[in-house]
Amino acid sequence: MIYLQILANGLVLGGLYACIAVGFSLVWGVLNVINILHGTFIVLGSYIAFFAYQYFGIHPFLSVGIASALLYVVGYATQISLVNRVIAAPVLITLTLTFGLDLVLNNMMLVAFTADYRKINLVNPLQSIEIGPIFLPGDRVAAMALAVILTLLLYWLLRDTRIGRAIVAVRMDREAAALMGVNVKRVNAVTFGIGALMAGAAGALLSIIYPISPLNSSLFLGKAFVVCVLGGLGSVPGALIGGLVLGIVESFGSFWFGPEHAVTLSFTVLLVLLFVRPSGIFGRKGYE
Amino acid sequence: MRDWLILVVGAVLLSALALSGNNYILRLATIMCMYAALAQSWNYIGGLTGYPSFATAAFFGLGAYAAGVMQNHGVPMVAAWGIAGLIAFVFAGFIGGAILHLRGHYFAIASLIIAEMLREIVNTTPDLTGGGMGLNLPILKISVDAQAKFFFAAMMTLAIASTATAIIIMRSKLGFGLRCIQQNEDAANILGVNAYGYKTAAFMLSAIYVGMAGAVYASWVNYIEPPDVFDVLLSVKPLVMVLLGGLGTVFGPVIGAVLLLTFEELVWRNFLTIHAAALGVIIVLLVLFLPNGLLSLVREWWMRRGARA
Repeated sequence: MIYLQILANGLVLGGLYACIAVGFSLVWGVLNVINILHGTFIVLGSYIAFFAYQYFGIHPFLSVGIASALLYVVGYATQISLVNRVIAAPVLITLTLTFGLDLVLNNMMLVAFTADYRKINLVNPLQSIEIGPIFLPGDRVAAMALAVILTLLLYWLLRDTRIGRAIVAVRMDREAAALMGVNVKRVNAVTFGIGALMAGAAGALLSIIYPISPLNSSLFLGKAFVVCVLGGLGSVPGALIGGLVLGIVESFGSFWFGPEHAVTLSFTVLLVLLFVRPSGIFGRKGYE
Repeated sequence: MRDWLILVVGAVLLSALALSGNNYILRLATIMCMYAALAQSWNYIGGLTGYPSFATAAFFGLGAYAAGVMQNHGVPMVAAWGIAGLIAFVFAGFIGGAILHLRGHYFAIASLIIAEMLREIVNTTPDLTGGGMGLNLPILKISVDAQAKFFFAAMMTLAIASTATAIIIMRSKLGFGLRCIQQNEDAANILGVNAYGYKTAAFMLSAIYVGMAGAVYASWVNYIEPPDVFDVLLSVKPLVMVLLGGLGTVFGPVIGAVLLLTFEELVWRNFLTIHAAALGVIIVLLVLFLPNGLLSLVREWWMRRGARA
């Protein structure tokens, strides 16, 4: 029976991982840019939720809206003003640029908010949920549900809206999309904005679960990498499945080998996967 | 011939300057030599071959821990340094074999993950490595001044050796093959360049001096811990130095090392809390405005002058 509990824990964790990774995956797939800033964007979202709760009493689930709106603006502006200048440059250049930007933003946050770990203590947390032998904290489940809903919203956006179709078109073939009248420059900026938006939303949701500190950004970035490689690039279902797989692997891994080995385990999975199937378990070939 | 001459003259000048100055100058010169060795090593794989490797921290930390553990088990210091370099060399062979078939972003990430994995392994084996508590190394029983000079000489040797290796590689068939891979790997393969073998060779060569530099660093500071020797900045700084000096050139990495160190010293002294942000600003400006390095400015200026005359 303990295995059912571990599986449930893994699924809850995995839903959040999917939300962490989906924006990162989208930017990587569409712009061919690895956005090192993603982890810091997530932490920024957490801080927005933290301060909104502390000073205005806004519940973190509601500040998901505030955090994602603010982060969208930040992402859009970053892309238009900086990233777009090197968009066609080799990997080394774009990666180094976002790394430099990350150093700046993360350092600013360290100065502004200090490295102290902060935590949101909800005044009235949700009741725990018991399903048969499985026991789950209500707030985590709610956060996971919201994360999955947001991820599915993004899926709908990409499938059924004008801008979504334009984004998918650019991902498939940049030149052809431009010839069909898609404004590639604007699509790039919107995509980067959406990536940041998902990071902000994920951060706000995570703020009730994880302690908040700028030092966590590389942890989140690492998760996003692993999920992307697991699920394949640029597709929302890929990120969702990758996130769930990683959640379950970590959950069982820490049960069998001890929680201190969970990180090593997920990186080992990543390296093995990169070796045998770099396009991801469910990824289509040709995106690498 | 000219490159060898520059190397000898530069090494002699730097040694004279460092050994005549006080211990502060000597410390800076030691760090500079370490940076130069790291940047040169990165240049083999990152600059010449065009593979964006972020594995420098992995080799550095591996070398530092290998040497530290060996010395605590009675291996003499200098022997431990050499073996640490060999361990990094062989390790890079295995890792390279596994990840060098990846290109672009995938290679970058895979190489970045290696340092994280090694760090976790160190963290979870406290009996051998001290884990998160860090590892103390035996202290040399000579005077502080003599120690400073000794470690400077060691780092200097690494800087010279890595630069000499760069000169040799660039004139050899290996260097030619690596340049071909950098320009167009598929074409190089078709023309009969053993791309996989060449890449692996470059990756292994880029590990050996970094592993030794890590080992010397560990003995120099006497105490190492995972966040220190597996710091991701150790992977990024060599890249920045090479970008500063010029990708794929012999002395670009060295010039980059001097520039980065000068800049770091100025920032450390004046704005301690925001030094990472300052480094970030430099990186951003560099990438946006000078992707070919400062040397390209000098070269352009030289050519324009030549054209006018």
